[in-house]
Amino acid sequence: MQAAVEFANVTRHFGQIRAVDGVDLRIDEGTFFAMLGPSGSGKTTCLRLISGFEKPTGGAIRIFGQDVGLVPPNRRNVNTVFQDYALFPHMNVRDNVAYGLMVKGVGKRARLDKADALLSLVKLDGYGGRKPGELSGGQRQRVALARALVNEPKVLLLDEPLGALDLKLREAMQDELKALQKRLGITFVFVTHDQGEALSMADTVAVFNEGRIAQIGTPAEIYDRPRTRFVADFVGSSNVLPPDMAARFGASSSWASLRPESVRIGLDSARITGQVIALRYLGAGTRVIVAVPGGEIAAFLGKGQPVPAPGETVALGWDDGALHAMEAGQ
Amino acid sequence: MTLATHDSPLPTTTTATATAVLPQRGLGDRLSALFWQHPNVLLVGLLVLPLAWLGIVYLGSLAALLLQSFYSIDEFSGMIVREFTLRTYLELLRPANMDIIIRTVSMAAAVTLGAAIIAFPIAYYAARYARGHWKALFYLGVMLPLWSSYLVKVYAWKLILAREGIITWAADAVGASAVLGAILSLPVIGGTSLSTSYIGTWLVFLYVWLPYMILPMQAALERVPQSMLEASADLGASKWQTFRTVIFPLAMPGIIAGSIFTFSLTLGDYIIPQIVGSSRRFIGQAVYQLQGTAGNIPLAAAFAVVPIVIMLIYLTIARRKGAFDAL
Repeated sequence: MQAAVEFANVTRHFGQIRAVDGVDLRIDEGTFFAMLGPSGSGKTTCLRLISGFEKPTGGAIRIFGQDVGLVPPNRRNVNTVFQDYALFPHMNVRDNVAYGLMVKGVGKRARLDKADALLSLVKLDGYGGRKPGELSGGQRQRVALARALVNEPKVLLLDEPLGALDLKLREAMQDELKALQKRLGITFVFVTHDQGEALSMADTVAVFNEGRIAQIGTPAEIYDRPRTRFVADFVGSSNVLPPDMAARFGASSSWASLRPESVRIGLDSARITGQVIALRYLGAGTRVIVAVPGGEIAAFLGKGQPVPAPGETVALGWDDGALHAMEAGQ
Repeated sequence: MTLATHDSPLPTTTTATATAVLPQRGLGDRLSALFWQHPNVLLVGLLVLPLAWLGIVYLGSLAALLLQSFYSIDEFSGMIVREFTLRTYLELLRPANMDIIIRTVSMAAAVTLGAAIIAFPIAYYAARYARGHWKALFYLGVMLPLWSSYLVKVYAWKLILAREGIITWAADAVGASAVLGAILSLPVIGGTSLSTSYIGTWLVFLYVWLPYMILPMQAALERVPQSMLEASADLGASKWQTFRTVIFPLAMPGIIAGSIFTFSLTLGDYIIPQIVGSSRRFIGQAVYQLQGTAGNIPLAAAFAVVPIVIMLIYLTIARRKGAFDAL
């Protein structure tokens, strides 16, 4: 499979700050690629390096094999859906969508027809005559998407595009984006700090931390076999056990991760006992925080399971494979 | 299920019985309550005085002016005839008076255009790149000329532009006298020296009114988010296309606001053309002479109405052209 985007030891420093610090990465053509990380982890800077709004301090960036080190943004065949949508307020929706064709010199009739076709693709038929200010947040998001697709880019970059939407709309848009990506076959590079969004939508997830990629893999790999403490903690809230504690449970003497939903409460297969110190109701179930010798372990109890009271002493158990040993360091 | 986090209640202060409503403390609280219950009272209270000032003093005098322009003057006695007539306006159409109007409007348009061209890069830099100290320095640099006396500045310019002034001297020093001579020998806008030509008048107007163009322009450009310029480049636009299709239309309200200042200030000014320029009159000078030495108040009023009408026409055209679409 051809690489849509490749980073070879790319760095981007802002003065003393190393926003991107030696990133190697390969995004395969036609995949849905998520860049996941907390704010300031370098994920957005990486996206802007692809679009050309940032220049690398060092290293090389290739888009479909071509080095883009000296190519300005307007000559890169990639388009961006901006976080704040960045729709032009003085143009109506149709002119916004047709903008990419207008600057290329495509005739009025042809470009407006294409704009209408794209508005129909994002289910906004009949909205062409409105101004962006007259649309809801979700509708503006769709216009931004249609506008970014009008030039038929090789790679579509999405910078936290769903961040400003409410939960219900966000979930609907996640499904739509995923379906759209499948249908168009374009490579999508999606930046988000929402781990649920990254896991549910992406084929491949890169977890960023402090300017570097902490782990890259399929959502299942990232979730089930986090490589570092940071990944275990950031992607789903995991129990991160220090080496001495992990060794007591039979794992090798390194840091280990134990997902709360793998932890059972009850006497069968009990490995440790502790006292319940807090309960957190999460709707789909309850998280039980248990104080054990040497630390705390969180267990997730699904609906219908009996919930212990705070202060109660409980036994905790899990299957043999549930405890996952991680690499040393961050 | 909740967790008990406090073993003891919060420490209580002096009063034993807690109430849901706090006692009223004096006039301030009572007024606050009144304004909260009737928000319009506050609005009326705030607006009555300024509106009265604006309405009576400002609009009132404007109405008086308008009224005067419909009177005429008795040519033999020099007395004002207080009867409605359009004769005074017809007098404006005399070739000599039309010359004054055309001269003034052309100058105002040239000053506005020049100011817009010079102000744009400065405003763009200030809005997009200047931060912290540089921004403070920008405001200082733009406002500083406004702090000194207008007359001092104009006389300073007269010295700069005079035949014996620094520009002639500098042109001699670098051997560009021929260039200066060529510029001064241009028809209409040339003259014996810069300080007695339309070019000189234009330069001084440009200098004096430039801050009024820069500031609104900068405010408008500041409201254009960086991501919008990036979106344009991202979609394939060159820098020039981005300027023409995104930056310029979005800066338009600021440009219009600035041009209202430069245009109307030039239309009404009577000191600069008096000191720097050929002795041919502008509207402001005509008004000044007609209401003073000539005692022809109706014609002065009719002249004074001209800039108002021109500004109304200008704004109407600007609105038709969609200049305020980005507001």
